[in-house]
Amino acid sequence: MQKNMKKGIIKIVIVVLVFILAKFLIREGIIGAYTERIIITVGINIILALSLNLIIGYTGQLALGHAAFMAVGAYVSAIFTTKLNLPFVPAIILGAVAGGAAGFLIGWPILRLKGDYLAICTLGFGEIVKVLIQNIEYVGAARGFSGIKLFTTFGWIFLFTVLAYILIKRVVNSVYGRDMRAVSQDEIAAEAMGVNAFRAKLLGFIIGCAMAAFAGGLYAHYLMFIDPVSFDFNKSTEILTFVVLGGIGSTSGSVAGAVILTVLPEALRGFGDFIKTYRMLIYSIMIVILMIFRPQGIMGNRELSLQNLMKKGNTFNIKGGEKDGIA
Amino acid sequence: MALLEVKDLGIQFGGLKAVDGFHMEIGDNELIGLIGPNGAGKTTVFNMLTGVYQPTDGEILFDGSSISGLTTYEVTKKHMARTFQNIRLYKEMSVSDNIKTSCSVRRKYSLIDAIFHTGKYYKVEQENEEQVQKLLKMFGLEDKADLLAKNLPYGDQRRLEIARALATEPKLLLLDEPAAGMNPQETEDLAVFIKWIKDEFKISILLIEHDMKLVMGICEKITVLNFGKIIAEGTPKEIQNNPQVIEAYIGRKK
Ligand SMILES: Nc1ncnc2c1ncn2[C@@H]1O[C@H](COP(=O)(O)OP(=O)(O)OP(=O)(O)O)[C@@H](O)[C@H]1O
Ligand SMILES: [Mg+2]
Repeated sequence: MQKNMKKGIIKIVIVVLVFILAKFLIREGIIGAYTERIIITVGINIILALSLNLIIGYTGQLALGHAAFMAVGAYVSAIFTTKLNLPFVPAIILGAVAGGAAGFLIGWPILRLKGDYLAICTLGFGEIVKVLIQNIEYVGAARGFSGIKLFTTFGWIFLFTVLAYILIKRVVNSVYGRDMRAVSQDEIAAEAMGVNAFRAKLLGFIIGCAMAAFAGGLYAHYLMFIDPVSFDFNKSTEILTFVVLGGIGSTSGSVAGAVILTVLPEALRGFGDFIKTYRMLIYSIMIVILMIFRPQGIMGNRELSLQNLMKKGNTFNIKGGEKDGIA
Repeated sequence: MALLEVKDLGIQFGGLKAVDGFHMEIGDNELIGLIGPNGAGKTTVFNMLTGVYQPTDGEILFDGSSISGLTTYEVTKKHMARTFQNIRLYKEMSVSDNIKTSCSVRRKYSLIDAIFHTGKYYKVEQENEEQVQKLLKMFGLEDKADLLAKNLPYGDQRRLEIARALATEPKLLLLDEPAAGMNPQETEDLAVFIKWIKDEFKISILLIEHDMKLVMGICEKITVLNFGKIIAEGTPKEIQNNPQVIEAYIGRKK
């Protein structure tokens, strides 16, 4: 415990220092408004990737409508701040609760079944949410919801991204996270070892949905305008790409995936006309190339941590020297 | 009273009566064998005992209460654990995490404890870790604790399955062909080991096994299944000389 305490303090100090440095650079104008915008987008995308990775990487369920939960959080929190004058933080928390409740309503009947039914249901849920919002005049229907106040600053994003990362890490490294992984690897064996597979899957799914909704709240109060198509299937696919590219089942991989895939297309803008024109094409090709040469994603299912970096050889060789087992 | 009491247990798959009129009694700290030719229904008996299949007939009393109708994880909570004929480890998890997952049946904390790293979280994690270390040492796996389960040699995978089941703290351990795929030397070592587990943990063991020498050598009583029905039960000596058993295994003597 003493050791944990010391490690914890070191981590807190690093995080605070990074924050102060970033704040300083922003104030001095070294990080311009454009870069700050990218950083905020990166933060939101990290939270989204972390939340989807909990569902796909840990509970082993495929979810294809993650942006719909983001939409729930975005709209609910925007209603609270804009129409009901609630402060920012309680509003986005309520948005997250709504997202978690939506996850519960879908997960409760579906996750009892063995098999990939969740993929189809979340896909359907994505469409339902979109069509529903398009028809609700109260939130601007298909025209979109405008007049949302700007609350999501760099400071909030920094805080919530760090908190989201810690939350996921702690869930994953608890009995709950181990239960989820066990169920994803072999549901029959896990149940025989006393794990309630349904409960484990449902818990992971609800936390993932609530976190996506939270990210949706941050997104709404940053862009100040949301509309149904911002949360369509394309957005869900984008989040899925972060997770797959980073390495399914790796928390640090999800962070890496979200950072790289958010920054890359922006970075490509900086080059000459040719690259600028074919920016998205190059981006796609790079993803394809990466998937060919590293199908397990950037991190595989490993984790990057202070400890691993120090005794590198050890942890990074886990996957090497594979032996054939008869199963 | 007996630890396990099974009466008139039966299951039907479509038209096939896979197991019919099965009965068994296991007392405390007993080692019982369940044998029979391929397809006799041995694994099906395990699946009914552990709630994987719901029997169509009969009653299962375990540790003083009926466990008929319970789900698999509820049966495990009542202190019955099993291994699988076809190894079912969590392949992509480390050896120690394979065992640690089982510990949470007995010691858990709330999600709030996990998120805020409360004292209870550290205490339970510590206890689970100690339990894992103890089992790793017993099973000679301490050097392989950080390996992924799928990278273990075959014999170690079989033993890890037993360790993982023991971590749920069973009173009755069901082993489904633990010696399958092992060479004679490994099988002999396993026999000694199974007996040792029984005495060390003071539990009862029900063992399915094809290797006659192993079963005859260590089991106190044996039940023989053929085509879903019990054809003999008794001590190893009685079974060895039972004409019906000989017939089931090597065919009728002319
Ligand atoms: N889920 C199922 N559906 C239909 N039939 C089944 C099912 N499970 C088992 N059976 C049938 O029940 C019979 C007994 O199977 P079981 O697996 O219990 O045999 P076993 O004694 O364990 O054999 P082995 O020594 O080969 O492992 C077989 O005929 C099998 O095909
Ligand atoms: Mg069998």
